[in-house]
Amino acid sequence: MTSGSDGGLRVLVCVKRVPDASSSVVLTEDAQAVDGRFVGFTLSNHENCAVEMAVRLADATGGSATVLSLGPEESTDQLIGALSLGCSAATLVVADSSRFGPADVAREIAAVVRAHAAEGTTYDLVLLGNDAADTGDFQVGIRLAYALDLPVVNGVSHVEVADGVLTAHAAAVDGEDTYSVPLPAVATVLEGGVEPRYPTIKGRIAAKKVAIERREPTGEPVGPDRVRLLLPPPVPSAVQVLGEGPAAAVAVVDLLEKLGVSR
Amino acid sequence: MILVLVEMEGEAVSEISLETVAFARALSTEGGGILIRAVVVGELPVDPDAVAAELGAHGVGEVHHVRGDAFESYAGAAWAAAVQELQQETGSVVVLAAGSPHGNEVLAHLAARLDVPMAANVVSFVGLAPFVVTRQVVGGAALEEMQLGSRPAVLTVAGHSWTAARADSAVAPSWHERTPVIAAADLVARVVAKGAKEPDHSGDLKSARVVVGAGRGAGGPDGFDDVATLAELLGGSVGVSRVVTSLGWRPHHEQVGQTGSRIAPDLYIACGISGAIQHWTGCASSKTILAVNTDAEAPMVTKADYAVIGDMHEVLPAVIEEIRRRSA
Repeated sequence: MTSGSDGGLRVLVCVKRVPDASSSVVLTEDAQAVDGRFVGFTLSNHENCAVEMAVRLADATGGSATVLSLGPEESTDQLIGALSLGCSAATLVVADSSRFGPADVAREIAAVVRAHAAEGTTYDLVLLGNDAADTGDFQVGIRLAYALDLPVVNGVSHVEVADGVLTAHAAAVDGEDTYSVPLPAVATVLEGGVEPRYPTIKGRIAAKKVAIERREPTGEPVGPDRVRLLLPPPVPSAVQVLGEGPAAAVAVVDLLEKLGVSR
Repeated sequence: MILVLVEMEGEAVSEISLETVAFARALSTEGGGILIRAVVVGELPVDPDAVAAELGAHGVGEVHHVRGDAFESYAGAAWAAAVQELQQETGSVVVLAAGSPHGNEVLAHLAARLDVPMAANVVSFVGLAPFVVTRQVVGGAALEEMQLGSRPAVLTVAGHSWTAARADSAVAPSWHERTPVIAAADLVARVVAKGAKEPDHSGDLKSARVVVGAGRGAGGPDGFDDVATLAELLGGSVGVSRVVTSLGWRPHHEQVGQTGSRIAPDLYIACGISGAIQHWTGCASSKTILAVNTDAEAPMVTKADYAVIGDMHEVLPAVIEEIRRRSA
């Protein structure tokens, strides 16, 4: 695949608008999605790192980073966020993401990649989060790779690109795994390897000037095979307070002995 | 037939794979005693008889050992190709793996190749006809019932959602060696180099009997000395919340939570950690939780078994002193 006209890397980074579930989770009335109306929306940590990686690669090679999302019109908030961090183009496939299963999403991303290629923009690398923060399917990136017939590396924490080859590093329990794959390729990003930047004023101003491309889904979704969502029953507090401050130390060590964990 | 992808960890079958076999056994029983096949990929660092005995004790009736040049280093697509060939040859109707990084990756490859859905991080099943499973979503803060209508049904089992347990009667599984031919395209993305394991103070966080954790209450990068000392005194590991790694106070590999390690120690001592869902997801499987926090209303405190209300920087030194006094 050809690189950008100036030889730089063209990166596509895929993100999903998800409810901020850091404090509490409320379900929609039909139990098909998490209701984010009261907690706000965000990107997952994995995807924040994927955006950071995309922008760094674009900057380092004189290339470009494009951000893509499938979701409701409000997903423009997340796209503008990525633009303000250094992405230079954005596409939104306007759709109710709760009706799209992972295979549907992969198909739609592949359709955008092909459409952009037909319009003259080919991507050297497609980055996604390792798993979506809400549906946790762990498979969109892999299904996308099969749809595009590209190699895929999963759970990547940091990458280097040189001479048309992606060197990707993934954390593993028994030591870091290194992969080396020819571009174009797909990689899914696990948080922790890069530190996402904060937007600058200049970035925010630049983001507002970018016209977000809107597309329709290419077909009816098969769906996520979801019967319903449910919340685990709340567990009543049964905490036993051992004491306050340093005076509780004796009770704490008594507990350690009782549990058989003191040595 | 049920096919389980089993992963090795060092010289033994990984704990999370044995948990997955326990889930498979429950499926088997529900289905009237369906044969459980296991597939193990790559050269074994131990005598195959030991692996066979361990799997047989957990109810596996047939073990397929996949080996050859293609499996000398890990490649998700190659592993999936081997599992796919075996699934098709045996007509297995359910394929499972542990909800580990490799388990989720290999089965996602398999599901994509077979063009069937995959359910990740399943914790239980509602029924077999229709086959409806319950799985973790939103990092474990919510559950989803998902219907797996296609065959084979492809799913991974969330870590710590089942307990590894021996079957009532052990079987001596038959052992089958396989060296499948793997297409070059399935070997493009394979591990070409293996880094040394990072030196760290977290020990083996996921298997530690005691984890001493700290969050924002540590106050800064210099606020972890007592936490490390207590962990050392108890022969445990250090774990931290996401805010701590985000602020760069501690390395990411120490993170406990949805996007860090999921732990299941006998005792988790959570110091200065508020208990956001992201963190709770990673520590909820701890057998006993002791929270040390200035805020008696913090979720970590209300969800804990035991709590000390106070500043970790005052409580931990006193606990350390008391332990040293008693062992003197």
